[in-house]
Amino acid sequence: MTKSIMIVGVGGQGTLLASRILGNTVIREGYDVKVSEVHGMSQRGGSVVTYVKYGDKVYSPTIDKGQADLILAFEILEAARALPYLSKNGTMIANTQQINPMPVITGAATYPEKLDEKIEKKANLVKLDALSIAKQAGNIKTVNVVLIGVLAKNSEIPYEKWVETIKETVPEKFLEVNLKAFELGYNV
Amino acid sequence: MKKLLLGNAAVARGAYEAGVRVVASYPGTPSTEITESIVQYPEIYAEWSPNEKVAAEVAIGASIAGARSMPCMKHVGLNVMADPVFTAAYTGVNAGLVFCVADDPGMHSSQNEQDSRHYAEASKIPMLEPSDSGECKEFTKLAFELSEKYDTPVFLRLSTRISHSQSLVELNERENDELKPYEKNAAKYVMMPGNAIKRHVEVEKRLAALKEFSETTEINKAEINGSDIGVICGGTTYLYAHEALGDSVSYFKIGMIYPFPDKAIVEFCKKFKTVYVIEELDPVIETQCKALGIEVIGKERFTLLGEYTPTLIKKAVSGEEIPKENALDELLPARPPVMCAGCPHRGTFYVLKKLGLTVSGDIGCYTLGAVPPLSSLDTTICMGASVSAAHGMAKARGPKFNKKLVSVIGDSTFMHSGITGLTDIVYNKGANTVIILDNSITGMTGHQENPTTGYTIRGEETKQVNLIALCKSLGVEHVVVADPFDVKNFEKVVKEETEREEPSVIIAQRPCALLKRVKYSGHCVITDACKNCKMCMKLGCPAISVKDDKVVIDNTQCNGCGLCVNVCPFGAIKKED
Repeated sequence: MTKSIMIVGVGGQGTLLASRILGNTVIREGYDVKVSEVHGMSQRGGSVVTYVKYGDKVYSPTIDKGQADLILAFEILEAARALPYLSKNGTMIANTQQINPMPVITGAATYPEKLDEKIEKKANLVKLDALSIAKQAGNIKTVNVVLIGVLAKNSEIPYEKWVETIKETVPEKFLEVNLKAFELGYNV
Repeated sequence: MKKLLLGNAAVARGAYEAGVRVVASYPGTPSTEITESIVQYPEIYAEWSPNEKVAAEVAIGASIAGARSMPCMKHVGLNVMADPVFTAAYTGVNAGLVFCVADDPGMHSSQNEQDSRHYAEASKIPMLEPSDSGECKEFTKLAFELSEKYDTPVFLRLSTRISHSQSLVELNERENDELKPYEKNAAKYVMMPGNAIKRHVEVEKRLAALKEFSETTEINKAEINGSDIGVICGGTTYLYAHEALGDSVSYFKIGMIYPFPDKAIVEFCKKFKTVYVIEELDPVIETQCKALGIEVIGKERFTLLGEYTPTLIKKAVSGEEIPKENALDELLPARPPVMCAGCPHRGTFYVLKKLGLTVSGDIGCYTLGAVPPLSSLDTTICMGASVSAAHGMAKARGPKFNKKLVSVIGDSTFMHSGITGLTDIVYNKGANTVIILDNSITGMTGHQENPTTGYTIRGEETKQVNLIALCKSLGVEHVVVADPFDVKNFEKVVKEETEREEPSVIIAQRPCALLKRVKYSGHCVITDACKNCKMCMKLGCPAISVKDDKVVIDNTQCNGCGLCVNVCPFGAIKKED
C-alpha cells in the first residue's frame, strides 16, 4: 500500500522545504519513500509541484492524475489546477491565498472567482487562510509550515515525529517561529 | 545508515565513497546539486569551471595525474565538452574518470530535449543509467571501477526525475583514496595521428571486453514473472513500468546501456510472445533490439516526446482507457515562470522593449525577458549565442539593422562562452552592442559563484575577473557600466551605444534580488497622485496588478526594490518602510 501526497504552489512559497519535512518524517516511521522535486526555471514564480510517496516499496517517484491521496495546495488557483490529480476519496488541503499569475497581471486572463467553493463541489476540501495564521505565528514566510501542520493533523503519523523533523530541518534562529506555525496549523 | 538523498546528492556520495579527489563542473539544471553536494566532503577538490569543456579537461588532467575525477553537467553541457570527451576515449585513464550527464526529458528547465545516450556509441564510451538514488550511488562507484579496470572514461547518465527525486541510500565509508603514480606515457596521452591510430585499436578491443561485461553484469538484469509479455526498460521507465504493470509482466532492466547486452536481450526476448521497449525520448534500445532481429513494440506505441508516466505506459500496453478526470468546468489561467520581484533584469528589458530593439538572447533567468509583458527577446539558442548570433544578424542585414540590435548575456554565461563571440565581433569589424547582465551570480541554477563574483565554490575569496578590463583587452573601446534600475540613464546609454559604428559593451550592473547581501526593505505603495496610466504594469512585476481598474501593489510580493518608483511618470509611487 503506497500513500501519495502532492504539494503544489507557486515558486518561492517554500514547497521544497515542506516536501523535505514530510519526506524525512515518514522515514521515521520506517517506510520506503520517494520525493520528487522541481528545480530550475519553474521555481521562478511558476506553478510548482512536488510529489511525496511512501509505503513498503515505492517505484515511481511521480504521481499520475487520479492517484493522489492528499493534495496540499499553497495557493487556491494551484489547488484548482491540481484537482485532476486527486483520487476519488482523496482530500485537498488548500490555502485560500490568491497570487496572481502573469497572464492575470497583464490582463490576458482573469483570476477565477470562488475557486474554493467550486473545488468543494467536486472534492473533499479542507480550506484555511494560512497567510493570516503565519502572520499570527510571527512570520509570513512560515505559510509552508502552517500547512505542514494541517497535513500532520490529517495524517496517521504522530505529532512528535513531525516536531522532531522540523527541529532537524529548520535553522536554529527560525525554529521557534516555525514550531509555533506548525502548532497553529495543527490546531486549525 | 540509510538517508533520504536526492539522486544528485547520491551521485556525490558515490563519488566520495569511490575515493574521488577532483570534481569540476559548470552548473546546469538538473545536474547542479551533484557538485554542490560534493562541497560537503573536504577530501574532494571541487570547482565551478567557466564552462563544461574546461571542466572535462580539468577532470581528464586530474585522472591522467592519478586522481579519480568527475565532471558533472546537463545534457547541453555535454555538447560543449564533447571535444575532449571523444579523445579521452582514446587516451583512456590513469585513475578512474566518470562523465556525469543529466538529461531533461520534458524540458523542465532546458532549451532542447536531447537524448545523451547517443553519445555513448558515438564516442565509444560505456554508459550506465541508474533508476533511483540508491543506484545513483552504487552505479557511480561501479563506473569508477570499470573506468580503471577497462582503462576508459565511463558515462553516468541521469535524467531530471532521477536527479531531483529523493530516495533512501545506504551510506558507506570512503575507499580507494590514494593517488595513483604518474608516469609519462606519450604513446597513450599524446593524441597525434601516429599514436591515436594505435589507441583506436585499443578502444575497439576494450569495447569487445566491455560487451562481455555488459552481458553478465548484475545491473543488466531480467525479472521473470511468468506471463507472455516482456518489457525492456531502464532509468525512469523501469520505475514507471513497474508501477503501471506490477508483476503482470516480466522485465529486463538495462543499467548499462552501452555496450548493449545483445545475448542477454536475445535470451530474454525468446521467452515472450510480445516484448515492449519502454524508453523516454529516442529509440536507442529499440534500435539495438531491431538490429538483433528481435520483434519489439516501441515508438509506434510510445511517444518520442517528453516524460512518461505510469498511466501512459498502462494505456499503451493494456489499451485501458484513462478514467475521466475530476476537474473544474472552466479553463484556468496558466502560471508561467516570471522574473522575481526586484529582479535587476526587469529594468533592462523594460528599456529594450521601450526602444523597440531586436534582442539576441541567451541562457539564464533573463530568458524570461521573452514572456509578456516584457516580450523583449527575439532569439535564444544556446550558451553564448546571444553575442555571436547578433554578429551574424548584423553581417547579414547591415549597419542600419545593427543600430536597433543588442545582445543580452549574463555574467556567468559571458564567461562560459560569450568572450569568443565578442572577440569575433572585434576581430571581424563588427559594430554590435553587447549588454552583459551582471547580477553578480549564476542565477537560474540557484546561485553558484563564477569567475566574475570573486568567490570559489567553497566561498573562499579569489581573484575576480574585471569585466571592463577584459572587454577592453579584446579591443572593445566603449565599455560602459550602468544601473538598469536607473531607467532614464540606462535608456540614454543604450541609445548612445547602439548608435556607434564600433563594438560596445554595456555592463548592466545590479545584484540578483535573492542574494543574501541584497537588502531591499519596505515596500512600494501607490499614492493618490496615480493617474492610472498603467506605465508600471509594463514592468511585468509579480507584485503589481490591476484590481477594479486600479493599480495595486501586493505587500506580500513586493520587496521594495523601487524600480516602479523610477518608472512612474507622475511620481505617484512611494516607498514605505
